[in-house]
Amino acid sequence: MLKTILLLAALVTTSAVNAADGKLIATPGVSQIEGAAGGGLVPWAQLAGYASRDEIAINAFCSHGNVDDFKLDVCGAQLNLYDRLELSIAEQEFDVEALDLRIRQRVLGGKIRLYGDLVYSRWPQVSLGIQYKQLDDALVANLLGAEKDSGTDYYLAASKLHLGAVGGLNWLWNVTGRYTEANQIGLLGFGSEDHDHELMLEASTALLFGRHLAVGVEYREKPDNLSLKENDWKSLFVAWVPNKYVSLTAGWLDLGEIAGIDDQDGLYFSMVGNY
Amino acid sequence: MLKKCFSYCAALLLLTACATSTERTLYNKLGGEPGVEKIVTNLVQNIGHDEQIFHYFAEANVTRFKEHLAWHLCDISDGPCTYTGDTMQLIHDGMTINERDFNHMVDLLIEAMYEADVPHHIQNQLLARLAPMRKDIIYR
Repeated sequence: MLKTILLLAALVTTSAVNAADGKLIATPGVSQIEGAAGGGLVPWAQLAGYASRDEIAINAFCSHGNVDDFKLDVCGAQLNLYDRLELSIAEQEFDVEALDLRIRQRVLGGKIRLYGDLVYSRWPQVSLGIQYKQLDDALVANLLGAEKDSGTDYYLAASKLHLGAVGGLNWLWNVTGRYTEANQIGLLGFGSEDHDHELMLEASTALLFGRHLAVGVEYREKPDNLSLKENDWKSLFVAWVPNKYVSLTAGWLDLGEIAGIDDQDGLYFSMVGNY
Repeated sequence: MLKKCFSYCAALLLLTACATSTERTLYNKLGGEPGVEKIVTNLVQNIGHDEQIFHYFAEANVTRFKEHLAWHLCDISDGPCTYTGDTMQLIHDGMTINERDFNHMVDLLIEAMYEADVPHHIQNQLLARLAPMRKDIIYR
């Protein structure tokens, strides 16, 4: 294990010259739970990694959320082509502890930058994204009244980083509109007899304390297609970005009611590697 | 978190309210003439040691570059100067600087400011004034 880490470290440092590094440190954000570049819960307008218009970036991440009665593990990767197109994949494992049950979902994502640069353009960076989600097994989704075991989310995101805006600190905000029919992000299937796609609002904001530390909050509105009192999701996070190759995020999640069990909150950890 | 937010908002309001003639300019906060000079000297040194972007400067007149950069920084940080040198557009025409190299230059400038002991929040204020110029510099 140690050998592997040392080898990886050596690889990263010796070939550092070729790694994508064409953005200010910490400005690309981290990875959200469906695999897009974002803030943990919400996909942002930034594309993953440090690729500028002349570079390609490859990123991998794993995240772990642990609330009272459920656990979510996600690992995934993104390819950023010339800061224009982001392609992503994420594998989610959702554990329902009381039932000793595991639900698996795969998310394939694409995001295209339509306008701007997070830091330098006058207006916010705007991107259009798509997330195609497929459940491994539709059993639970069907039992709860979901109509389908796969679905597609479409989103439009706008992000802006204001240099030195708040007491000299860099301030970032993002607003995302998502057109979705996913129940609990798809883990409980898609749509129901009376509901399909609806527009949901998501938002994030963060302050950068120095070049390496960001503290932020996120809000993600969610539909309630299954009439199970599905709540909006909230998070508070701290991200540490020691260099352009790795970032670590820790957060607090408030996920409300999930599948009839109330008060689901707990901790969130995530690690991203950029190259 | 909320408390911190409040104190920053309060600080921001205070800053805006007190923006009178007694308010120190960004130029002062950068350390005035010696401060800006230090930043410029550090930056030139960093460029000199940099494999990625040194080639853009290989044929530049270092003394003139330093003088003009200090003059320009003095102007945009509300110092007692009026920059009347060549425009950013004119200077960078034909250099075809790409986004990656531009951002690398920004990283070198940040390093130069750290080396000149410019605090983080003052660095950001200078970067904010420089940022709009990017469109006149890259891919020309």
